[in-house]
Amino acid sequence: MRIGIACPYSWDVPGGVQSHIRDLAEALLELGHEVSVIAPADEDRPVPGYVVPAGKAMPVPYNGSVARLAFGPLSLNRVRRWLKDGSFDVLHVHEPAVPSLSLLACWVAAGPIVATMHTAMPRSRVMLAASAALRTAIEKIDGRIAVSEAARTTLVEHLGGDAVLIPNGVATRRFRDGDPLPGWPGEGGAIGFLGRMDEPRKGLSVLLEAFEVLAPQRPALRLLIAGPGDADDARERVSAPHRDRVHLLGEVTEEDKNRVLHSVDVFCSPNTGGESFGIVTAEAMAAGAAIVASDLEAFRMVLRGGAAGDLFANGDAADLARVASALLDDPARRAQLSVAALDAVREYDWSVVARDVVSVYETVVSGRTAVGVAP
Amino acid sequence: MTLLFHIAAIVLVVVIIGVYLSWRAGRLDRLHARVDAARTALDLALVRRSSSAYELASSGLLDPATSLLLADAVSRTKDGDRPRDLAESDLTRALRATFSQPEFRSSLKADDGARELVAEVDAAAHQVFLARKFYNDVAARTNDARRRPLVRLLRLAGNAPQPAFFEMDDALAGE
Repeated sequence: MRIGIACPYSWDVPGGVQSHIRDLAEALLELGHEVSVIAPADEDRPVPGYVVPAGKAMPVPYNGSVARLAFGPLSLNRVRRWLKDGSFDVLHVHEPAVPSLSLLACWVAAGPIVATMHTAMPRSRVMLAASAALRTAIEKIDGRIAVSEAARTTLVEHLGGDAVLIPNGVATRRFRDGDPLPGWPGEGGAIGFLGRMDEPRKGLSVLLEAFEVLAPQRPALRLLIAGPGDADDARERVSAPHRDRVHLLGEVTEEDKNRVLHSVDVFCSPNTGGESFGIVTAEAMAAGAAIVASDLEAFRMVLRGGAAGDLFANGDAADLARVASALLDDPARRAQLSVAALDAVREYDWSVVARDVVSVYETVVSGRTAVGVAP
Repeated sequence: MTLLFHIAAIVLVVVIIGVYLSWRAGRLDRLHARVDAARTALDLALVRRSSSAYELASSGLLDPATSLLLADAVSRTKDGDRPRDLAESDLTRALRATFSQPEFRSSLKADDGARELVAEVDAAAHQVFLARKFYNDVAARTNDARRRPLVRLLRLAGNAPQPAFFEMDDALAGE
Protein backbone atom coordinates (compact mmCIF):
# COMPACT_ATOMS: atom_id res chain seq x y z
CA MET A 1 0.00 0.00 0.00
CA ARG A 2 1.01 3.61 -0.45
CA ILE A 3 0.67 5.18 2.99
CA GLY A 4 0.82 8.91 3.78
CA ILE A 5 1.42 9.78 7.43
CA ALA A 6 0.98 13.27 8.90
CA CYS A 7 2.99 14.31 11.96
CA PRO A 8 1.89 17.46 13.80
CA TYR A 9 5.07 18.09 15.79
CA SER A 10 8.61 18.98 14.83
CA TRP A 11 10.56 15.97 13.59
CA ASP A 12 13.79 17.30 15.12
CA VAL A 13 12.37 17.53 18.62
CA PRO A 14 12.24 14.35 20.72
CA GLY A 15 8.69 13.38 21.53
CA GLY A 16 6.39 10.42 22.05
CA VAL A 17 4.31 11.07 18.94
CA GLN A 18 7.38 11.55 16.74
CA SER A 19 9.03 8.34 18.03
CA HIS A 20 5.81 6.43 17.48
CA ILE A 21 5.53 7.66 13.88
CA ARG A 22 9.18 6.92 13.17
CA ASP A 23 8.89 3.36 14.52
CA LEU A 24 5.58 2.78 12.72
CA ALA A 25 6.94 4.09 9.42
CA GLU A 26 10.01 1.88 9.62
CA ALA A 27 7.95 -1.16 10.54
CA LEU A 28 5.59 -0.52 7.61
CA LEU A 29 8.53 -0.14 5.26
CA GLU A 30 9.85 -3.47 6.48
CA LEU A 31 6.49 -5.04 5.71
CA GLY A 32 6.97 -3.86 2.15
CA HIS A 33 4.67 -0.83 2.03
CA GLU A 34 5.55 2.58 0.62
CA VAL A 35 5.51 5.25 3.28
CA SER A 36 5.81 9.01 3.24
CA VAL A 37 5.71 11.11 6.41
CA ILE A 38 5.03 14.83 6.29
CA ALA A 39 6.33 16.65 9.34
CA PRO A 40 7.54 20.10 10.32
CA ALA A 41 11.31 20.03 10.11
CA ASP A 42 14.16 22.46 9.84
CA GLU A 43 15.61 22.44 6.32
CA ASP A 44 19.14 22.23 7.67
CA ARG A 45 18.69 19.08 9.67
CA PRO A 46 18.95 15.72 7.92
CA VAL A 47 15.81 13.60 7.95
CA PRO A 48 15.23 9.97 6.93
CA GLY A 49 14.36 9.39 3.29
CA TYR A 50 10.68 8.75 4.01
CA VAL A 51 10.16 12.17 5.65
CA VAL A 52 8.96 15.18 3.65
CA PRO A 53 9.85 18.33 5.60
CA ALA A 54 7.07 20.91 5.73
CA GLY A 55 9.02 23.88 7.01
CA LYS A 56 9.93 24.93 10.51
CA ALA A 57 7.36 24.61 13.26
CA MET A 58 6.53 27.76 15.19
CA PRO A 59 6.20 27.88 18.97
CA VAL A 60 2.71 29.00 19.95
CA PRO A 61 0.64 28.82 23.10
CA TYR A 62 -1.89 26.01 22.82
CA ASN A 63 -3.89 24.08 25.36
CA GLY A 64 -2.02 25.58 28.30
CA SER A 65 1.56 25.18 27.15
CA VAL A 66 3.83 26.14 24.28
CA ALA A 67 3.80 23.78 21.31
CA ARG A 68 5.81 23.85 18.10
CA LEU A 69 3.20 23.57 15.34
CA ALA A 70 2.87 24.11 11.59
CA PHE A 71 -0.13 26.10 10.32
CA GLY A 72 -0.98 28.91 7.92
CA PRO A 73 -1.20 29.19 4.12
CA LEU A 74 2.31 27.94 3.36
CA SER A 75 1.89 24.79 5.45
CA LEU A 76 -1.51 24.26 3.86
CA ASN A 77 0.02 24.42 0.38
CA ARG A 78 2.77 22.03 1.32
CA VAL A 79 0.19 19.54 2.59
CA ARG A 80 -1.82 19.89 -0.63
CA ARG A 81 1.24 19.31 -2.76
CA TRP A 82 2.28 16.30 -0.67
CA LEU A 83 -1.15 14.72 -1.09
CA LYS A 84 -1.24 15.43 -4.81
CA ASP A 85 2.23 14.00 -5.38
CA GLY A 86 1.70 11.06 -3.05
CA SER A 87 -1.34 9.31 -4.55
CA PHE A 88 -1.72 7.50 -1.26
CA ASP A 89 -4.12 4.64 -0.73
CA VAL A 90 -4.70 5.87 2.80
CA LEU A 91 -3.92 9.01 4.80
CA HIS A 92 -2.92 8.34 8.41
CA VAL A 93 -2.96 11.42 10.63
CA HIS A 94 -1.69 11.61 14.20
CA GLU A 95 -3.26 13.88 16.81
CA PRO A 96 -5.63 15.57 14.36
CA ALA A 97 -7.13 17.69 17.14
CA VAL A 98 -3.87 19.64 17.47
CA PRO A 99 -3.74 22.77 15.27
CA SER A 100 -1.05 21.55 12.89
CA LEU A 101 -0.33 19.46 9.78
CA SER A 102 -2.59 16.55 10.71
CA LEU A 103 -5.64 18.78 10.97
CA LEU A 104 -4.75 20.52 7.72
CA ALA A 105 -4.35 17.17 5.98
CA CYS A 106 -7.79 16.04 7.16
CA TRP A 107 -9.25 19.26 5.86
CA VAL A 108 -7.89 19.14 2.33
CA ALA A 109 -7.84 15.41 1.72
CA ALA A 110 -10.51 13.48 -0.13
CA GLY A 111 -10.34 9.75 0.44
CA PRO A 112 -9.78 7.18 3.19
CA ILE A 113 -8.43 8.71 6.40
CA VAL A 114 -7.25 6.94 9.57
CA ALA A 115 -6.44 8.93 12.72
CA THR A 116 -4.44 7.96 15.79
CA MET A 117 -5.12 9.78 19.06
CA HIS A 118 -2.19 9.76 21.43
CA THR A 119 -3.34 11.98 24.25
CA ALA A 120 -6.51 12.19 26.25
CA MET A 121 -7.58 15.77 25.69
CA PRO A 122 -10.01 17.29 28.14
CA ARG A 123 -13.34 18.35 26.69
CA SER A 124 -13.05 21.77 25.19
CA ARG A 125 -15.76 24.05 23.99
CA VAL A 126 -13.06 25.66 21.93
CA MET A 127 -13.14 22.81 19.48
CA LEU A 128 -16.85 23.25 18.99
CA ALA A 129 -16.57 26.99 18.60
CA ALA A 130 -13.56 27.19 16.33
CA SER A 131 -15.57 26.85 13.17
CA ALA A 132 -17.41 24.32 11.16
CA ALA A 133 -14.26 23.69 9.14
CA LEU A 134 -12.67 22.02 12.13
CA ARG A 135 -15.62 19.79 12.76
CA THR A 136 -15.90 18.84 9.09
CA ALA A 137 -12.24 17.93 9.02
CA ILE A 138 -12.52 15.68 12.08
CA GLU A 139 -15.72 14.09 10.77
CA LYS A 140 -13.92 12.98 7.61
CA ILE A 141 -11.95 10.45 9.60
CA ASP A 142 -13.01 6.93 8.65
CA GLY A 143 -11.12 4.85 11.17
CA ARG A 144 -9.90 5.86 14.61
CA ILE A 145 -7.06 4.34 16.59
CA ALA A 146 -6.24 5.16 20.21
CA VAL A 147 -2.93 4.24 21.83
CA SER A 148 -4.30 4.06 25.34
CA GLU A 149 -7.60 3.45 27.06
CA ALA A 150 -7.56 7.01 28.37
CA ALA A 151 -7.19 8.39 24.85
CA ARG A 152 -9.93 6.12 23.61
CA THR A 153 -12.39 7.20 26.29
CA THR A 154 -11.86 10.87 25.59
CA LEU A 155 -12.33 10.26 21.92
CA VAL A 156 -15.60 8.46 22.50
CA GLU A 157 -16.91 11.19 24.80
CA HIS A 158 -15.61 13.99 22.64
CA LEU A 159 -16.54 13.02 19.15
CA GLY A 160 -18.86 10.10 19.58
CA GLY A 161 -18.23 6.85 17.77
CA ASP A 162 -15.47 4.52 18.84
CA ALA A 163 -11.82 3.73 18.34
CA VAL A 164 -9.76 0.58 18.18
CA LEU A 165 -7.09 0.30 20.84
CA ILE A 166 -3.64 -0.36 19.39
CA PRO A 167 -0.97 0.45 21.96
CA ASN A 168 2.46 1.81 21.15
CA GLY A 169 4.77 -0.87 19.91
CA VAL A 170 8.17 -1.69 21.33
CA ALA A 171 11.24 -1.44 19.14
CA THR A 172 12.59 -4.69 20.53
CA ARG A 173 15.56 -4.88 18.21
CA ARG A 174 16.86 -1.62 19.59
CA PHE A 175 16.99 -2.98 23.12
CA ARG A 176 18.23 -6.50 22.63
CA ASP A 177 21.90 -5.64 22.95
CA GLY A 178 23.57 -3.03 25.06
CA ASP A 179 26.77 -2.41 26.95
CA PRO A 180 26.47 -2.00 30.69
CA LEU A 181 27.65 1.30 32.10
CA PRO A 182 31.21 1.06 33.42
CA GLY A 183 31.33 -0.50 36.86
CA TRP A 184 27.82 -1.91 36.65
CA PRO A 185 26.13 -4.09 37.80
CA GLY A 186 29.00 -4.54 40.22
CA GLU A 187 29.70 -7.28 42.73
CA GLY A 188 27.02 -6.46 45.26
CA GLY A 189 24.05 -6.49 42.92
CA ALA A 190 22.13 -3.68 41.26
CA ILE A 191 18.46 -2.79 40.91
CA GLY A 192 17.33 -0.39 38.19
CA PHE A 193 14.44 2.09 37.82
CA LEU A 194 13.43 4.24 34.84
CA GLY A 195 10.81 6.93 35.04
CA ARG A 196 9.64 10.17 36.55
CA MET A 197 11.05 10.42 40.04
CA ASP A 198 8.43 12.90 41.26
CA GLU A 199 5.34 11.21 39.97
CA PRO A 200 3.89 9.13 42.80
CA ARG A 201 2.24 6.65 40.47
CA LYS A 202 5.58 5.64 39.04
CA GLY A 203 6.27 4.14 42.45
CA LEU A 204 9.83 5.23 43.15
CA SER A 205 8.95 5.72 46.81
CA VAL A 206 8.02 2.06 47.13
CA LEU A 207 11.38 1.03 45.71
CA LEU A 208 13.24 3.40 47.99
CA GLU A 209 11.40 2.04 51.01
CA ALA A 210 12.27 -1.49 49.97
CA PHE A 211 15.87 -0.42 49.57
CA GLU A 212 15.91 0.72 53.20
CA VAL A 213 15.09 -2.88 54.11
CA LEU A 214 17.57 -4.47 51.70
CA ALA A 215 20.50 -2.11 52.19
CA PRO A 216 21.53 -3.21 55.69
CA GLN A 217 21.40 -6.89 54.63
CA ARG A 218 23.36 -6.30 51.43
CA PRO A 219 26.22 -3.87 52.00
CA ALA A 220 27.21 -3.61 48.33
CA LEU A 221 23.76 -3.47 46.74
CA ARG A 222 23.20 -0.35 44.63
CA LEU A 223 20.27 1.39 42.95
CA LEU A 224 20.56 2.84 39.45
CA ILE A 225 17.86 5.40 38.70
CA ALA A 226 17.31 7.40 35.52
CA GLY A 227 14.56 9.79 34.55
CA PRO A 228 13.30 13.33 34.95
CA GLY A 229 12.68 14.88 38.34
CA ASP A 230 14.37 16.53 41.27
CA ALA A 231 17.46 14.44 42.06
CA ASP A 232 18.16 16.17 45.36
CA ASP A 233 14.63 15.59 46.49
CA ALA A 234 14.90 11.92 45.62
CA ARG A 235 18.20 11.59 47.43
CA GLU A 236 16.65 13.10 50.56
CA ARG A 237 14.13 10.29 50.59
CA VAL A 238 16.92 7.78 51.27
CA SER A 239 18.33 7.58 54.78
CA ALA A 240 21.82 9.03 55.13
CA PRO A 241 23.90 5.85 55.58
CA HIS A 242 22.65 4.38 52.30
CA ARG A 243 22.55 7.51 50.20
CA ASP A 244 25.83 6.93 48.40
CA ARG A 245 24.54 3.65 47.03
CA VAL A 246 21.70 5.33 45.18
CA HIS A 247 22.87 6.60 41.79
CA LEU A 248 20.67 9.18 40.07
CA LEU A 249 21.41 9.78 36.40
CA GLY A 250 18.64 12.26 35.64
CA GLU A 251 17.23 12.31 32.12
CA VAL A 252 19.20 10.16 29.70
CA THR A 253 19.36 9.61 25.96
CA GLU A 254 17.61 6.62 24.37
CA GLU A 255 20.97 4.92 24.02
CA ASP A 256 21.88 5.39 27.66
CA LYS A 257 18.43 4.25 28.69
CA ASN A 258 19.19 0.99 26.95
CA ARG A 259 22.55 0.79 28.70
CA VAL A 260 20.84 1.26 32.06
CA LEU A 261 18.61 -1.71 31.27
CA HIS A 262 21.71 -3.78 30.63
CA SER A 263 23.54 -2.50 33.71
CA VAL A 264 21.39 -4.03 36.41
CA ASP A 265 20.70 -7.50 37.79
CA VAL A 266 17.07 -6.73 38.51
CA PHE A 267 14.83 -4.13 36.89
CA CYS A 268 12.03 -2.80 39.03
CA SER A 269 8.62 -1.49 37.88
CA PRO A 270 7.02 -0.42 41.16
CA ASN A 271 4.20 1.55 39.52
CA THR A 272 1.20 1.97 41.77
CA GLY A 273 -1.28 2.82 39.04
CA GLY A 274 -2.10 4.58 35.80
CA GLU A 275 -0.36 2.16 33.50
CA SER A 276 -2.46 1.07 30.57
CA PHE A 277 0.41 -0.84 29.07
CA GLY A 278 3.79 -0.11 30.65
CA ILE A 279 6.06 0.73 27.76
CA VAL A 280 9.08 1.08 30.03
CA THR A 281 8.53 -2.40 31.39
CA ALA A 282 8.16 -3.72 27.86
CA GLU A 283 11.44 -2.10 26.88
CA ALA A 284 13.10 -3.70 29.89
CA MET A 285 11.73 -7.04 28.69
CA ALA A 286 13.16 -6.37 25.23
CA ALA A 287 16.53 -5.84 26.89
CA GLY A 288 16.24 -9.21 28.58
CA ALA A 289 16.18 -7.75 32.08
CA ALA A 290 15.01 -9.82 35.04
CA ILE A 291 11.96 -7.88 36.13
CA VAL A 292 10.20 -7.34 39.44
CA ALA A 293 6.93 -5.50 38.92
CA SER A 294 3.88 -4.55 40.96
CA ASP A 295 0.90 -6.77 40.30
CA LEU A 296 -1.09 -4.22 38.28
CA GLU A 297 -3.36 -5.75 35.63
CA ALA A 298 -1.24 -4.28 32.87
CA PHE A 299 1.95 -5.85 34.21
CA ARG A 300 0.30 -9.15 35.01
CA MET A 301 -0.79 -9.31 31.38
CA VAL A 302 2.50 -8.26 29.83
CA LEU A 303 4.56 -10.51 32.12
CA ARG A 304 2.38 -13.53 31.38
CA GLY A 305 1.01 -13.82 34.91
CA GLY A 306 4.46 -13.95 36.49
CA ALA A 307 6.18 -16.26 34.02
CA ALA A 308 8.18 -13.49 32.38
CA GLY A 309 8.82 -11.45 35.51
CA ASP A 310 8.23 -11.66 39.26
CA LEU A 311 5.26 -9.78 40.68
CA PHE A 312 4.92 -8.20 44.12
CA ALA A 313 1.90 -6.81 45.97
CA ASN A 314 1.28 -3.31 44.67
CA GLY A 315 2.49 -0.63 47.08
CA ASP A 316 3.93 -3.13 49.56
CA ALA A 317 7.59 -2.24 50.04
CA ALA A 318 8.21 -5.22 52.32
CA ASP A 319 6.90 -7.60 49.68
CA LEU A 320 9.02 -5.91 47.04
CA ALA A 321 12.06 -6.32 49.25
CA ARG A 322 11.29 -10.00 49.70
CA VAL A 323 10.79 -10.72 46.01
CA ALA A 324 13.79 -8.66 44.91
CA SER A 325 15.96 -10.30 47.53
CA ALA A 326 15.03 -13.77 46.34
CA LEU A 327 15.72 -12.82 42.76
CA LEU A 328 19.08 -11.21 43.55
CA ASP A 329 20.17 -14.49 45.15
CA ASP A 330 19.00 -16.67 42.27
CA PRO A 331 20.97 -16.18 39.04
CA ALA A 332 19.32 -19.20 37.44
CA ARG A 333 15.87 -17.71 37.94
CA ARG A 334 17.08 -14.37 36.56
CA ALA A 335 18.32 -16.09 33.40
CA GLN A 336 15.03 -17.94 33.10
CA LEU A 337 13.00 -14.74 33.46
CA SER A 338 15.22 -13.00 30.94
CA VAL A 339 14.56 -15.61 28.27
CA ALA A 340 10.86 -15.63 29.05
CA ALA A 341 10.67 -11.84 28.87
CA LEU A 342 12.42 -11.70 25.50
CA ASP A 343 9.91 -14.19 24.20
CA ALA A 344 6.85 -12.52 25.74
CA VAL A 345 7.67 -9.07 24.42
CA ARG A 346 7.74 -10.23 20.82
CA GLU A 347 3.98 -9.84 20.53
CA TYR A 348 4.32 -6.14 21.33
CA ASP A 349 7.02 -5.58 18.80
CA TRP A 350 6.41 -2.91 16.18
CA SER A 351 6.26 -5.49 13.43
CA VAL A 352 3.17 -6.98 15.08
CA VAL A 353 1.63 -3.61 15.93
CA ALA A 354 2.20 -2.40 12.38
CA ARG A 355 0.24 -5.38 11.05
CA ASP A 356 -2.66 -4.39 13.30
CA VAL A 357 -2.49 -0.89 11.91
CA VAL A 358 -2.46 -2.22 8.36
CA SER A 359 -5.67 -4.13 9.12
CA VAL A 360 -7.27 -0.82 10.01
CA TYR A 361 -6.00 0.67 6.75
CA GLU A 362 -7.39 -2.25 4.76
CA THR A 363 -10.80 -1.97 6.39
CA VAL A 364 -11.03 1.71 5.62
CA VAL A 365 -9.66 1.49 2.10
CA SER A 366 -11.75 -1.39 0.85
CA GLY A 367 -13.69 -0.43 -2.23
CA ARG A 368 -12.49 3.17 -2.34
CA THR A 369 -10.28 5.24 -4.61
CA ALA A 370 -6.94 6.72 -3.64
CA VAL A 371 -6.52 9.83 -1.51
CA GLY A 372 -6.67 13.08 -3.45
CA VAL A 373 -7.09 16.73 -2.72
CA ALA A 374 -10.58 18.13 -2.15
CA PRO A 375 -11.43 20.86 -4.65
CA MET B 1 -4.61 95.09 69.05
CA THR B 2 -1.46 93.08 68.61
CA LEU B 3 -3.32 89.98 69.86
CA LEU B 4 -6.08 90.41 67.31
CA PHE B 5 -3.52 90.84 64.61
CA HIS B 6 -1.79 87.69 65.63
CA ILE B 7 -5.04 85.73 65.70
CA ALA B 8 -5.98 87.02 62.29
CA ALA B 9 -2.55 86.09 60.93
CA ILE B 10 -2.79 82.55 62.30
CA VAL B 11 -6.29 82.09 60.90
CA LEU B 12 -5.10 83.34 57.52
CA VAL B 13 -2.19 80.92 57.53
CA VAL B 14 -4.47 78.05 58.51
CA VAL B 15 -6.90 78.98 55.77
CA ILE B 16 -4.12 79.16 53.19
CA ILE B 17 -2.78 75.80 54.30
CA GLY B 18 -6.29 74.39 54.20
CA VAL B 19 -6.88 75.62 50.69
CA TYR B 20 -3.55 74.24 49.57
CA LEU B 21 -4.19 70.82 51.08
CA SER B 22 -7.62 70.76 49.59
CA TRP B 23 -6.14 71.55 46.22
CA ARG B 24 -3.57 68.76 46.58
CA ALA B 25 -6.24 66.25 47.62
CA GLY B 26 -8.40 67.34 44.72
CA ARG B 27 -5.57 66.89 42.30
CA LEU B 28 -4.97 63.41 43.65
CA ASP B 29 -8.66 62.66 43.30
CA ARG B 30 -8.59 63.68 39.68
CA LEU B 31 -5.56 61.53 39.03
CA HIS B 32 -7.29 58.52 40.53
CA ALA B 33 -10.33 59.22 38.40
CA ARG B 34 -8.07 59.32 35.33
CA VAL B 35 -6.57 55.99 36.35
CA ASP B 36 -10.03 54.46 36.53
CA ALA B 37 -10.95 55.87 33.15
CA ALA B 38 -7.71 54.65 31.58
CA ARG B 39 -8.21 51.22 33.08
CA THR B 40 -11.71 51.03 31.68
CA ALA B 41 -10.42 52.04 28.28
CA LEU B 42 -7.76 49.32 28.48
CA ASP B 43 -10.29 46.68 29.48
CA LEU B 44 -12.55 47.69 26.62
CA ALA B 45 -9.63 47.55 24.20
CA LEU B 46 -8.73 44.06 25.38
CA VAL B 47 -12.31 42.90 25.00
CA ARG B 48 -12.52 44.38 21.52
CA ARG B 49 -9.32 42.63 20.54
CA SER B 50 -10.55 39.29 21.90
CA SER B 51 -13.85 39.50 20.14
CA SER B 52 -12.40 40.54 16.80
CA ALA B 53 -9.85 37.71 17.06
CA TYR B 54 -12.71 35.34 17.80
CA GLU B 55 -14.68 36.61 14.79
CA LEU B 56 -11.70 35.92 12.60
CA ALA B 57 -11.15 32.48 14.13
CA SER B 58 -14.73 31.33 13.77
CA SER B 59 -15.27 32.85 10.33
CA GLY B 60 -14.05 29.72 8.56
CA LEU B 61 -11.97 31.93 6.27
CA LEU B 62 -8.65 30.79 7.72
CA ASP B 63 -7.26 27.27 7.69
CA PRO B 64 -8.64 25.13 10.54
CA ALA B 65 -5.33 24.90 12.42
CA THR B 66 -4.95 28.66 12.63
CA SER B 67 -8.63 29.04 13.52
CA LEU B 68 -8.28 26.52 16.31
CA LEU B 69 -5.24 28.03 17.94
CA LEU B 70 -6.73 31.53 17.82
CA ALA B 71 -10.01 30.33 19.28
CA ASP B 72 -8.11 28.51 22.00
CA ALA B 73 -6.14 31.65 22.89
CA VAL B 74 -9.30 33.77 22.99
CA SER B 75 -11.15 31.33 25.21
CA ARG B 76 -8.26 31.32 27.64
CA THR B 77 -8.56 35.07 28.13
CA LYS B 78 -12.10 34.48 29.33
CA ASP B 79 -12.01 31.37 31.45
CA GLY B 80 -9.95 32.79 34.30
CA ASP B 81 -7.62 29.82 34.76
CA ARG B 82 -4.65 31.98 33.93
CA PRO B 83 -3.97 35.52 35.21
CA ARG B 84 -5.31 38.16 32.85
CA ASP B 85 -2.00 39.62 31.76
CA LEU B 86 -0.56 36.20 30.91
CA ALA B 87 -3.64 35.07 29.00
CA GLU B 88 -3.72 38.31 27.01
CA SER B 89 0.00 37.97 26.28
CA ASP B 90 -0.65 34.47 24.98
CA LEU B 91 -3.34 35.87 22.69
CA THR B 92 -0.79 38.38 21.40
CA ARG B 93 1.60 35.54 20.69
CA ALA B 94 -1.08 33.54 18.90
CA LEU B 95 -1.99 36.58 16.78
CA ARG B 96 1.63 37.32 16.06
CA ALA B 97 2.23 33.71 15.05
CA THR B 98 -0.81 33.83 12.78
CA PHE B 99 0.02 37.12 11.09
CA SER B 100 3.69 36.32 10.64
CA GLN B 101 3.06 33.12 8.70
CA PRO B 102 4.58 33.45 5.21
CA GLU B 103 2.00 34.55 2.67
CA PHE B 104 -0.63 35.15 5.36
CA ARG B 105 -1.79 38.53 4.14
CA SER B 106 -1.36 37.76 0.48
CA SER B 107 -3.44 34.61 0.79
CA LEU B 108 -6.47 36.49 2.12
CA LYS B 109 -9.11 36.61 -0.54
CA ALA B 110 -10.42 40.04 -1.41
CA ASP B 111 -14.04 39.05 -1.76
CA ASP B 112 -15.01 37.08 1.34
CA GLY B 113 -14.50 39.60 4.13
CA ALA B 114 -11.28 38.07 5.44
CA ARG B 115 -9.29 41.23 4.83
CA GLU B 116 -11.80 43.30 6.77
CA LEU B 117 -11.72 40.92 9.73
CA VAL B 118 -7.93 40.98 9.81
CA ALA B 119 -7.92 44.78 9.56
CA GLU B 120 -10.31 44.90 12.53
CA VAL B 121 -7.94 42.71 14.58
CA ASP B 122 -5.00 44.91 13.59
CA ALA B 123 -6.89 48.02 14.66
CA ALA B 124 -8.02 46.46 17.94
CA ALA B 125 -4.50 45.27 18.74
CA HIS B 126 -3.13 48.71 18.10
CA GLN B 127 -5.75 50.15 20.44
CA VAL B 128 -4.62 47.75 23.16
CA PHE B 129 -1.06 48.90 22.65
CA LEU B 130 -2.03 52.58 23.02
CA ALA B 131 -4.50 52.09 25.86
CA ARG B 132 -1.95 50.19 27.86
CA LYS B 133 0.71 52.81 27.29
CA PHE B 134 -1.64 55.57 28.44
CA TYR B 135 -2.86 53.59 31.42
CA ASN B 136 0.66 52.83 32.64
CA ASP B 137 1.57 56.47 32.12
CA VAL B 138 -1.24 57.82 34.30
CA ALA B 139 -0.65 55.03 36.84
CA ALA B 140 2.98 56.09 37.10
CA ARG B 141 2.07 59.74 37.55
CA THR B 142 -0.48 58.86 40.19
CA ASN B 143 1.99 56.71 42.09
CA ASP B 144 4.49 59.55 42.01
CA ALA B 145 1.92 61.93 43.42
CA ARG B 146 0.99 59.48 46.15
CA ARG B 147 4.58 59.10 47.23
CA ARG B 148 5.03 62.73 48.15
CA PRO B 149 5.74 63.13 51.86
CA LEU B 150 2.87 65.45 52.55
CA VAL B 151 0.43 63.12 50.86
CA ARG B 152 1.63 60.17 52.84
CA LEU B 153 1.73 62.03 56.12
CA LEU B 154 -1.77 63.35 55.87
CA ARG B 155 -3.19 60.36 53.99
CA LEU B 156 -4.57 62.60 51.28
CA ALA B 157 -5.10 59.64 48.99
CA GLY B 158 -7.86 58.35 51.22
CA ASN B 159 -9.14 54.91 50.38
CA ALA B 160 -8.15 54.96 46.74
CA PRO B 161 -6.18 51.80 45.89
CA GLN B 162 -2.68 52.13 44.57
CA PRO B 163 -2.76 51.67 40.79
CA ALA B 164 -0.75 48.68 39.53
CA PHE B 165 1.03 48.63 36.20
CA PHE B 166 -0.45 46.36 33.58
CA GLU B 167 2.40 44.42 32.03
CA MET B 168 1.80 42.26 29.01
CA ASP B 169 3.25 41.38 25.66
CA ASP B 170 1.15 43.46 23.28
CA ALA B 171 3.43 44.06 20.32
CA LEU B 172 2.13 42.69 17.08
CA ALA B 173 4.71 42.95 14.29
CA GLY B 174 5.65 46.48 13.49
CA GLU B 175 5.01 48.02 16.87
